[in-house]
Amino acid sequence: MALRQCAIYGKGGIGKSTTTQNLVAGLAEAGKKVMIVGCDPKADSTRLILHAKAQNSIMEMAANAGSVEDLELEDVLKVGYRDIKCVESGGPEPGVGCAGRGVITAINFLEEEGAYEADLDFVFYDVLGDVVCGGFAMPIRENKAQEIYIVCSGEMMAMYAANNIAKGIVKYANSGSVRLAGLICNSRNTAREDELIMELARQLGTQMIHFVPRDNVVQRAEIRRMTVIEYDPKAKQAQEYRDLAHKIINNKNFVIPTPITMDALEALLMDFGLMDEEDESIIGKSAVAEATA
Amino acid sequence: MANLTREETLDLIQEVLEVYPEKAKKDRAKHLAVNDQSIEQSKKCITSNRKSLPGVMTVRGCAYAGSKGVVWGPIKDMIHISHGPVGCGQYSRAGRRNYYVGMTGVNTFGTMNFTSDFQEKDIVFGGDKKLAKLIDEIEGLFPLNKGISVQSECPIGLIGDDIEAVSKKKAKELDKPIVPVRCEGFRGVSQSLGHHIACDSIRDWVIGNRDGDDSFQTTPYDVAVIGDYNIGGDAWASRILLEEMGLRVVAQWAGDGTLAEIELTPKVKLNLIHCYRSMNYISRHMEEKYGIPWMEYNFFGPTKIAESLRKIAACFDETIQAGAERVIAKYEAQYAAVIAKYRPRLEGKRVMLYVGGLRPRHVIGAYEDLGMEVVGTGYEFAHNDDYDRTIKDMSDSTLLYDDVTGYEFEEFVKRIKPDLIGSGIKEKYIFQKMGIPFRQMHSWDYSGPYHGYDGFAIFARDMDMTINNPCWAKLHAPWLADQAAQSEQQEPKRASA
Repeated sequence: MALRQCAIYGKGGIGKSTTTQNLVAGLAEAGKKVMIVGCDPKADSTRLILHAKAQNSIMEMAANAGSVEDLELEDVLKVGYRDIKCVESGGPEPGVGCAGRGVITAINFLEEEGAYEADLDFVFYDVLGDVVCGGFAMPIRENKAQEIYIVCSGEMMAMYAANNIAKGIVKYANSGSVRLAGLICNSRNTAREDELIMELARQLGTQMIHFVPRDNVVQRAEIRRMTVIEYDPKAKQAQEYRDLAHKIINNKNFVIPTPITMDALEALLMDFGLMDEEDESIIGKSAVAEATA
Repeated sequence: MANLTREETLDLIQEVLEVYPEKAKKDRAKHLAVNDQSIEQSKKCITSNRKSLPGVMTVRGCAYAGSKGVVWGPIKDMIHISHGPVGCGQYSRAGRRNYYVGMTGVNTFGTMNFTSDFQEKDIVFGGDKKLAKLIDEIEGLFPLNKGISVQSECPIGLIGDDIEAVSKKKAKELDKPIVPVRCEGFRGVSQSLGHHIACDSIRDWVIGNRDGDDSFQTTPYDVAVIGDYNIGGDAWASRILLEEMGLRVVAQWAGDGTLAEIELTPKVKLNLIHCYRSMNYISRHMEEKYGIPWMEYNFFGPTKIAESLRKIAACFDETIQAGAERVIAKYEAQYAAVIAKYRPRLEGKRVMLYVGGLRPRHVIGAYEDLGMEVVGTGYEFAHNDDYDRTIKDMSDSTLLYDDVTGYEFEEFVKRIKPDLIGSGIKEKYIFQKMGIPFRQMHSWDYSGPYHGYDGFAIFARDMDMTINNPCWAKLHAPWLADQAAQSEQQEPKRASA
């Protein structure tokens, strides 16, 4: 099977890292050989696989060694649950330096060192919430990830972010082979969440590949730095992640997304009662002005 | 050949513009003009200080070049850190020929390169810690430095390093001025913004250092020389004239200058500006804050020197005015001899210039003193106040070109056929290969000084040995000898020695 490279995007805090690691555990359980590339300076994309606090990152080790040329692949590549390979690009503390350049450097290093040449079925890039600069778009440039999954929920800002990410994908899709492969709904238990995300997916021209219900077992596993599949393989939630993994294995629905306008997004939210009809008359009015009116 | 008429020059501009696509043609047309002395404001005829067009050859520099290379670099007892990757500092090292006195590496540092040599990890993790370490190392290795400036290269602005915080902290620790300069190369359209940024950083971090300190003994005759970079010793050849007429030169900015001189400048009575473009900003600031008047002067060629000496003297009492006359009289025999020797060899020769800050207009007088004529001139990075000052110095119907492109300059030269081109290293070999005598007018072609009466003698000698060099008659390929002989019969040979 040819190597499939996938990138996971989504609003900050939506559960990208947790979802990625759990579904990768599902892929590994199904016999797939997988690598996770964490593209976030926080370096917390592999802790559930490695049972570690935070993996030593490529950029951190390069800084200690002198430069990235002084590193060997085995220094940065760790192997965890069911032989899942893990690397973290790493980056600076908040407020200094350039995290985007760190992602670029790390991915170039992995390519040059042949990390992708091993007998792999899947690579998953777990990317920082917002594509704030070119560095964080590195995983979806030519010859990198070709499938993008957006993690979202039925909350307004999560959907807003998903639409923005779709806009970013269009840019790279038109010049390369990257495609939107689906929305993963990581449920927040909002009303009619599944219908809402299915509708959003329809309007974006894609699918809701899976609805992952909310379950406290995810947190219980996380405290133990484990995925649900490893911590409690019999849990109902473990089966959800297995289902997601199998849907990804069999996924053929790759599209250039059709992002929607702000108005269309707001109309959708209004239809589902997440947003009230806008009252133009109150815009820009202070409390005092309203009281005297 | 005879000079072009106004109409011919206009036609020439149109003809040269013809090759450009419509949009480029429209833009470049605004930067090319025929001089008209009756125009009071240059904005009526020429546009300047705009972004260069992509695809054309421009010889402009960047903001870092303007700050590190021009304004800060020559201040000799400070260490100027090129903060960022190594190239900017190394390729600009010691190239400008701003001479200074001192023990390099001990108490002066002008020709050395100090850089934080950014690596990938410094981009990713930030360079502030490295900068702090570098400043400590400088202090350990070169304890006689009087202060440090941090010259930002492009990446500093991209990654947002807080060089101000590091500078403040280290300045307190070391009890020396440490000046952060935000002169990232991508800012602005040319080196010109770098001059402004550098002047602003002097204003914010240095110029007020001795406010309220009256220990410096002033005299009524204190002046500062602003905007003389001492290329090949220019400032020295200027300073002696000011001193001989009775003035006291307290500070030289920035050629052979020191931090102490910069700090003392607010104590002077008059600021004398040579390069208006790069340092008018700080002169205006001192006028506003300290009430120090400033005036421009020109020490190229005896006519302009005498004019300037008298103008400077008019700001002082009779002693100085008498001093100016004494100086002019003293050097009269010397410069008259220079003119007597070289003018017959240079009379009628036509010059095209394309230089930087002040020379496209300032050197015109020196050429005229030798009987030569400047038939085209232009600036790399001027603003319109520079062209305001140029219009009156150029004859009518001569050509003005702003941020000229490689193509335009070559075409103008082919048509105007000057006897000499004065420009920079990037132009030199192209025009020499075209068989046209050439002098570098940024570096004085490793000669100089050209300022003052002493400089004029060297200037005249250099122009003569370039124009009348026998090599120009030998540029024809042997197999084209017949053709060459024919064309030489048609066109009178260049003056031979």
